[in-house]
Amino acid sequence: MDHKELELKSIEYRKTILDIIYNGGAGHTAGSLSCIDILNVLYNNVLQINPKNFSSTDRNRYVQSKGHTVEALYTVLCDQNFFTREDLDSLNKFNSHFIGHPTRKVPGIEHNTGALGHGLSVAVGMAIGFKLDNKPYKVFTLLGDGELSEGSIWESLLSASKYKLDNLVIIIDRNGLQITGKTEEVNPIEPLLDKFQSFGLCVKQVNGNSVSELDEIFKKIPFENNQPNLIIANTIKGKGISFIENQVVWHHKLPSEEEYNKAIQELNKQLENFE
Amino acid sequence: MIEKANLEVFAETLLDLAKKDKEIIVVTSDSRGSGKLTQFGKELPDQIIEVGIAEQNLVGICAGLSAVGKKVFGVSPSSFLTARSLEQIKNDIAYSNHPVTLVGISAGVSYGQLGSTHHSIHDLAVLRTINNINIVVPSDNFETREAIKEAVNYKSPLFIRFGKKPMLKIHDEDDNFKIGKGVKIREGSDVMFITTGETAQRALLAAEILHKKNISCSIINMHTIKPFDNDLFLDCLSKVKAAITVEEHSENGGLGEKCASIISQSNINIAFKILGFPDEYMTNGSQSDVLDHYNMSPKKLAEIAEDILK
Ligand SMILES: Cc1ncc(C[n+]2csc(CCOP(=O)(O)OP(=O)(O)O)c2C)c(N)n1
Ligand SMILES: [Mg+2]
Repeated sequence: MDHKELELKSIEYRKTILDIIYNGGAGHTAGSLSCIDILNVLYNNVLQINPKNFSSTDRNRYVQSKGHTVEALYTVLCDQNFFTREDLDSLNKFNSHFIGHPTRKVPGIEHNTGALGHGLSVAVGMAIGFKLDNKPYKVFTLLGDGELSEGSIWESLLSASKYKLDNLVIIIDRNGLQITGKTEEVNPIEPLLDKFQSFGLCVKQVNGNSVSELDEIFKKIPFENNQPNLIIANTIKGKGISFIENQVVWHHKLPSEEEYNKAIQELNKQLENFE
Repeated sequence: MIEKANLEVFAETLLDLAKKDKEIIVVTSDSRGSGKLTQFGKELPDQIIEVGIAEQNLVGICAGLSAVGKKVFGVSPSSFLTARSLEQIKNDIAYSNHPVTLVGISAGVSYGQLGSTHHSIHDLAVLRTINNINIVVPSDNFETREAIKEAVNYKSPLFIRFGKKPMLKIHDEDDNFKIGKGVKIREGSDVMFITTGETAQRALLAAEILHKKNISCSIINMHTIKPFDNDLFLDCLSKVKAAITVEEHSENGGLGEKCASIISQSNINIAFKILGFPDEYMTNGSQSDVLDHYNMSPKKLAEIAEDILK
């Protein structure tokens, strides 16, 4: 897809995220909005994962370690026809497999996540497996910046470096917020770039809400031979809806009817102004 | 009468106590909002330590703080606190004998549709097998308040877990509470419900249904899972014809199997049933939908009680 098409998709995806959270009665609104542009570019231009090849072991992988923003993942998977919008509308209903975290009961989901700090180790395992079999596939994983406080992240980075996993692509959704407040106040993680570099990773920074920047950076993988790839995606939590952007309360807040309508209005305006 | 969530009572009680005792320190892992401790953080910023999303680190830091004389409460969702940090609990708290209180919030299936990663239906079982840590599961606001008060100066490692929904009032303010002592919350002669924590209210509602059918029902709440009050349990068991345990926990390794073990080793022959979550891919839904689905609605509890008496 060209960048214009991707931009249009991002607006539509944001509408879907709001719809399903509002109808489902719960969801991680702001964190889904911050990472949706990343998922958009990955699923439309990079991963080449679709319902036809999903059951094959010979394909790329995407593990969403920050599982709580599953609404963003459901949105792109639905658009890739892994399931219907009607299926997705069962989100949070009794007995539905569409719950508040990724589960493999839902078509297209690679790994069950929700407890933070697990996805990267699993992705490292997948990437080592592809190397052992000399297979050309890549493994992508998305982490939250608050999630980086989990020690297991840093354990897996050591393994990623040791095994020279240039087929591993780690994306950090650097939105600067977690539940309690700013990451730099809750548990400071800067200087992040230096930390990752000192762990042996090849690090790039992009505007994680710019589909064109994301698309360009993914084309450059592997950044270096024999080094794991890490992208710090600088994003805005709640991106795209003025009153949700950068607001701590929106981590797991359900929009009221008024807020929902206002958000959809803003997104419709963005669609109108789109040329 | 419906009171507050035990979670709220926990946070209020801890704030009151900590204002009077500077040695009380709370440790959180991006969990102060979920633990209703935002106010605590505002009023007593020097008595709260925030470690970020790092539950293993949280438990280790609790042990260290305790080692230098602090009265420590580590507060995090029960699921992450007891699964992810199990080795820290085992070695740094229990084995090393640091009298830390670990508070598992949003326990059982409190997180509803957030699913299995967030459910804590293993915590009682795993901690029962760790030597030197006691386990308390309060039923109502009163038991929660008393448990937190007693925890401050408790002499051994302690784990307390509860949910986040408003609870039925079960106790009067002048009732007795002591960690290690079970409580009789209803007298009866036909069937007995044995509960731990918040399932007590479901048993109480079931008892009322049974009462209308002239079935006399007793209830004991074993708020302390470890050390277990064998005496009260056996005494009350001897006065009924059947017993049913009800817990918001796996059927494996919790209250029910504890009771079964006592019964079988005491050569008692009684109709007995364990209700909890079976070993299967769990149904998704709200907390109450999930409890109802697994036979723990008051109506279903009453039916099961009728059946077992037949
Ligand atoms: C092991 C673990 N601890 C705690 C939580 C509860 N939790 C869910 S989301 C979240 C904050 C995540 O912040 P961040 O990683 O920055 O994600 P984002 O800002 O992208 O939503 C926390 C603490 C969890 N899901 N897993
Ligand atoms: Mg964040």
